[in-house]
Amino acid sequence: MTFEMLLQMFPIALMFAAPIILTALGGLFSERSGIVNIALEGIMMVGAFTGATVTVLLEESTPAAAWYGLLAGLAAGLVFSILHAVASINLKADQVISGTALNILAGGLTVYLCQIIFHQQRTRAFSNGIQKMTVPLLSRIPVLGRMLFIENYPTIYIAVAAVLLTWFVVYKTPLGLRMRACGEHPQAAASMGINVYRMRYFGVLVSGALGGLGGAVMVLTADIQYTLVSIHGTGFISLASLVFGKWNPFGVLGAGLFFGFSTALSFYAKDIPLLASLPGEFFYILPYLLTIVALVAFAGKSVGPKAAGEIYDSGKR
Amino acid sequence: MTARREKIVLPLIAVLLGFLLGSIIVIATGRSPLAMIGAIVKGFTGIDLLNPDVPFNPRYIGEFIIQAMPIILTGLAFAFASRTGLFSIGAEGQLMMGSLAATAVALLVKAPKVVHLPLVLLAAILAGALWGAIPGLLKAAFNVHEVVVTIMMNYIALHVNNYTILNIFGSVDRIKTAPFAPTALLKDPWLESITNGSRLNWGFIPVILALLIFSFIINRTTFGFSLRAVGYNKEAARYAGMKVNRNIVASMMIAGAFAGLAGAVITVGTFTFGRALPSAEGYGFDGIAVALVGGNEALGILLAGMLFGGLKAAQPLMQSQGIPREIAGIIQASIVLFVAMKFGIKMVLQKFERKQAPSTEGDRV
Repeated sequence: MTFEMLLQMFPIALMFAAPIILTALGGLFSERSGIVNIALEGIMMVGAFTGATVTVLLEESTPAAAWYGLLAGLAAGLVFSILHAVASINLKADQVISGTALNILAGGLTVYLCQIIFHQQRTRAFSNGIQKMTVPLLSRIPVLGRMLFIENYPTIYIAVAAVLLTWFVVYKTPLGLRMRACGEHPQAAASMGINVYRMRYFGVLVSGALGGLGGAVMVLTADIQYTLVSIHGTGFISLASLVFGKWNPFGVLGAGLFFGFSTALSFYAKDIPLLASLPGEFFYILPYLLTIVALVAFAGKSVGPKAAGEIYDSGKR
Repeated sequence: MTARREKIVLPLIAVLLGFLLGSIIVIATGRSPLAMIGAIVKGFTGIDLLNPDVPFNPRYIGEFIIQAMPIILTGLAFAFASRTGLFSIGAEGQLMMGSLAATAVALLVKAPKVVHLPLVLLAAILAGALWGAIPGLLKAAFNVHEVVVTIMMNYIALHVNNYTILNIFGSVDRIKTAPFAPTALLKDPWLESITNGSRLNWGFIPVILALLIFSFIINRTTFGFSLRAVGYNKEAARYAGMKVNRNIVASMMIAGAFAGLAGAVITVGTFTFGRALPSAEGYGFDGIAVALVGGNEALGILLAGMLFGGLKAAQPLMQSQGIPREIAGIIQASIVLFVAMKFGIKMVLQKFERKQAPSTEGDRV
C-alpha cells in the first residue's frame, strides 16, 4: 500500500468514522448515567429516515436542506429515545429487552412511514446530501492538510467537536460528575441529593439526540436515500466502539477512526496487491470481525460504569 | 395476583395493547383499521370477511403455518439461551448457517429420501450449533458480552452465506442455487393439495419434536436444571459445583441447533434452492418476540409463534388493502415493549385491583 493510497483513503474513512463517533458518544452518555442502550441501532435508523425525508422534502425550497435534515434527525432520535427512557427508568423494564424492542420498532416504523409518504419501501433519493468541503488556510498545511482538510465531509468536524464537548461536560462540569455517579452507584448518588431519575433521563435523551444525528449523518454522507439496510449494524459497531474506547470520549474517537478505516479498506482492497486476491465479502465482514476482536481484546480490562444495566431501586443499599 | 396467573395475564395484556397501538397508528396515517383486522383474520383462518364470493381459502392456513414454523424454532433458540441467563440475538446468523449447511448437503449428497432428508436436517442443526458455540466460548473464556458478539456473528453469517452460495455453488442468476433433488425436500404434493396450493410441508414435524425436546431438557433433566441454575444465579451455581462455563457453551450450542434447524425448514421446506440474501430476514428478532411473549416456555412459544406467524402471513393481505405491511413489525415490536414494561403494567393492575376492593385496606388498620 502506497502512502498516496493512504491519503486517498482519508475522506472515506472519516466519512464512515463520523456517525460511529457521534453515536458512540451517545452511548457514552447513556451508559455513564447507568442505562445500557442497545437501541442505538434503532435510534440511528429513525434519525437516518427523518434526515433523508426532511432533506428530500425541503430540497426544492432551500439549498441547506441537508443541514435541516441533520437537525431533524437529531430531534427525531431524541424523541424516539424517550420510549427507552420511560420503559427502563420509570417502568423498570429490562434495558436490553426494551432496547431490542426499539430496534425492531425502528425497522417497522421507518419503512411504514416511507410507504405512507413516498409509496415505496424507501425514501425518495435526495439529489444532494451533505457536501464535501475544503477548509481555507488549514488545507495548505503539508500532508495533514491533505488528510483532514481537503475535500472532506464537515461531519467529521462535528464529530470531533462533539468529542471535545462530551469530554468537557462529562469530566469538567457538576452535571457530568452527577451523571457519572448515577452510573457507578445510584444509591450513593441519591444519598447526596442527586435526582437519579432526572440524570438518567438526561443520559438517555442525549444518547437519542446524538444517535439520531449519527444516523442522519450516515445517510446524508454515505447514501443516496434511506432504506431498511442503510444503517446495517453501525449502531452496534458504535456500541462496540464505546467498549473499545473504554467509555472515554477520546477513546471513542480513536475506536471510531479505527472502524472508519476498516470500512474504507474494502473500497481500496482491490488496489492493494496483498489484499486483492481476497473475496469482496471478506471486506464486508471485516468491521464486524474487528468488532469481535476488539471486544475480546478489551473485555477483561474494560471498566464500564458499574451500575449500567441495573434497574434503579431507590430502596436498595 | 399469583405468579402463574401473572404469566398468562401480562402477555395477553401486552398483546392487546400492541394491537391497540397498531390500530391507532393505522388510523393516524389515514388507513382503515377494519381492513387491517380483516386481513389478520384472513391470515389466520382463511376466512374472508370482506369478500363474500370467496368466503374461505385453506391456502392461507397453510401459509400461516409455514410462517409460524421457523419463528417457533428461533423462539426456542432465544428461550433456551435465556434460561441460562444469556441474551442471544444470534438466532438469525445461526439460522443462516443452518440454511447454508442444508443447501450444501442437499446439493452435494445423492441418497434416497430416508437418508438424504435426515442428513440435511442434521447438517443444519450441527452448523447452527457450531455457529452458536463461538459466542458461547468467547463468553466463557473472555467474558465478552454475548449481545454484541451474536449481532456481529449475524452480519458475518450473512456474507459467508452469500459468498458461498454465489461463488462455490455457482448460482446462475446471482440470487439462488440450482434446485435441490426431491429427496432433500420436506415438500409434499398432498399437503399442498389439501391447502389449495400453499407451501405447507412436513417441516412442522421437526418443529413439534423440537418443542418436546426443549421442554424435556429444561424441565426433566439434571442438565436442564443446572442450566437454569446458572441462569438464576451464576455464582451460586458455581459454588454448588456446577460447571458454569461449560453450561454457557452447551446452552449456546443447543440454542444454535434450534435456529439451525429453522434454516433447514425454510430452505428445504418453504423453498427448494439455496438463496443469497440482500439482508437479514428478521427471523432472529421474530424469535425474540416469540420467546418473550411466550414466557420462555414451550407451550407459550408455540402459541406466540402462531400469533406472530399469523401476523406475518397477513402482511401481503394488508399490503393489498393499502396498509403498509410493516404495520405487522410495529405491532410485534410494541408487544415486546409492553412485555418489557410488565412491571409498570403490574403496578397499574394492582392499583386497579385495590380500587375494586377497598375494604382490604381498612381491614389492615
